[in-house]
Amino acid sequence: MPVEIKNLSHVYSEGSPFEFQALKDIDITIEDGSFVGIIGHTGSGKSTLIQHLNGLLTPTSGTVLVDGEDIFSKKKNELIQLRHHIGLVFQYPEHQLFEETVHKDVAFGPKNQGLSEDEINQRVQQSIKMVGLNYDDVKDKSPFELSGGQMRRVAIAGVLAMEPSVLILDEPTAGLDPRGREEILAQIKYLHKKKKMTVILVSHSMEDIGRLVEKILVMNAGEVVFYDSPNRVFTEIETLERIGLAVPEVTYLMRKLKEKYPEIREDIFTVAAAKDEILKVIRG
Amino acid sequence: MLKDVTIGQYYPTGSVIHKMDPRTKILFTTAFIVMLFCINNLWGYLATLLILVAVTLVSKIPVSYIIRGIKGLVLIILLTVTLNLFMTPGTVIASLGPLNITMEGLKVATYMALRLIFLIVGTSIMTLTTSPIDLTDGMEWCMRFIPFVRRYAHELSMMMSIALRFIPTLMEETERIMKAQKARGANFETGSIIARAKNLIPILIPLFISAFRRADELATAMEARCYRGGENRTRMKQLVFENRDRVSFVLMLMMIIGLILTTMIKIPLLFPV
Repeated sequence: MPVEIKNLSHVYSEGSPFEFQALKDIDITIEDGSFVGIIGHTGSGKSTLIQHLNGLLTPTSGTVLVDGEDIFSKKKNELIQLRHHIGLVFQYPEHQLFEETVHKDVAFGPKNQGLSEDEINQRVQQSIKMVGLNYDDVKDKSPFELSGGQMRRVAIAGVLAMEPSVLILDEPTAGLDPRGREEILAQIKYLHKKKKMTVILVSHSMEDIGRLVEKILVMNAGEVVFYDSPNRVFTEIETLERIGLAVPEVTYLMRKLKEKYPEIREDIFTVAAAKDEILKVIRG
Repeated sequence: MLKDVTIGQYYPTGSVIHKMDPRTKILFTTAFIVMLFCINNLWGYLATLLILVAVTLVSKIPVSYIIRGIKGLVLIILLTVTLNLFMTPGTVIASLGPLNITMEGLKVATYMALRLIFLIVGTSIMTLTTSPIDLTDGMEWCMRFIPFVRRYAHELSMMMSIALRFIPTLMEETERIMKAQKARGANFETGSIIARAKNLIPILIPLFISAFRRADELATAMEARCYRGGENRTRMKQLVFENRDRVSFVLMLMMIIGLILTTMIKIPLLFPV
């Protein structure tokens, strides 16, 4: 499902002294099957933007088209239907767990979709496996006796069990240990590659964004600064730094190396690519 | 939805009233409430209305904002008015089937409605112009004059300021959890009342858990900073009465005298004396 964002603006608490314009005239298209990363300083409007994509927030002006249909002209029931197709994983999703067992909690989404018992069970098993947990080990446990990282995975499984065609994740790895991060990111990559899911990933880690996504959306003060491939975006170091962001560490390294070896490329943002490039230059 | 609650909200405009000592505002509001229950004719209510309008103008708070506070209590006001209208015995002026509207009923109902509205407006002007921290500081000082309560003045005001501090946080949290469950296809908007009540479980459980977690973290943080109650505790911000407070004490006295005088007016206005 392509998601088109048309001239979207959002103002919080309009008409009160706390009025705040969170989004200004956003106009972008997220193609079907793409992997988009959203970066921006805290308060740049990332979370506000993604909450418009499944109709949780209503825009002050502008609209969002999913599959060519205006989602804000839909009825309430249709909007609930839409949320089955656009899965949104909030920041710290473990705070939304509520059921007695992991199985029941993951089944909450599919149950709301009105699926059959068998289908629900199958999806729950599948999605728990997908986030790297052992179904038989955790299914009867209370979600509250799990570790933080495991809770996060269960919460993500709760959204995956709905089998959305667009998956939006708001900083899914915040506060996880390095291994937890790697595993969750690997799963996201797998879902995108194998299941052809459209993925939108909000993250503060330039490294993660650099090696995962196909397109980066850079936001600042509610506006789009760049919406382009990592190659192009990460060469704009000055602009990125001015709005409080940075490029991956390895890109800085390549920049330094360029002072000594002018022939080296600097539009590199993964360690693997940097290794290849350095070897290429050294070996001539 | 939750953003429409205005009672207890702070609306900064930087006016003279905002800068006033919270103790002055608490005393003024208390005097206002007491007087509201002393006045006994429409002249008094007219005078009260004038006072409220003047205070509102000085505070620079939009009238629409203050009126929004009344909206939430419309039901209670209507209930009181209806009950008083039909239940008060006296000279019948109109009948509606078995129900009789009396002159006395009409009078009591009008007075009650005005009293409630003025009560809400008066107290909400105080909370709108005073930040929660100032308010509890002022309350702590006032509690020192109440026997028995005096011993716990600091603890009580600490509890109050923590509670006030966490209202917006918990509201935000509720909204976040609600959105997260909506994203998982939960439906809070349609269905029968029982179905909707059941749908609250996915919100309430995470909310309770997070409230307990927050309370626990706060307690730890306070202990880590060696908090141990009010004894020998000094303040960073001392409350000091200034000239504007003295002026408002004079105004307060004038209000009390003025309103007492209105109770002596014997000229009937709409209703017989």
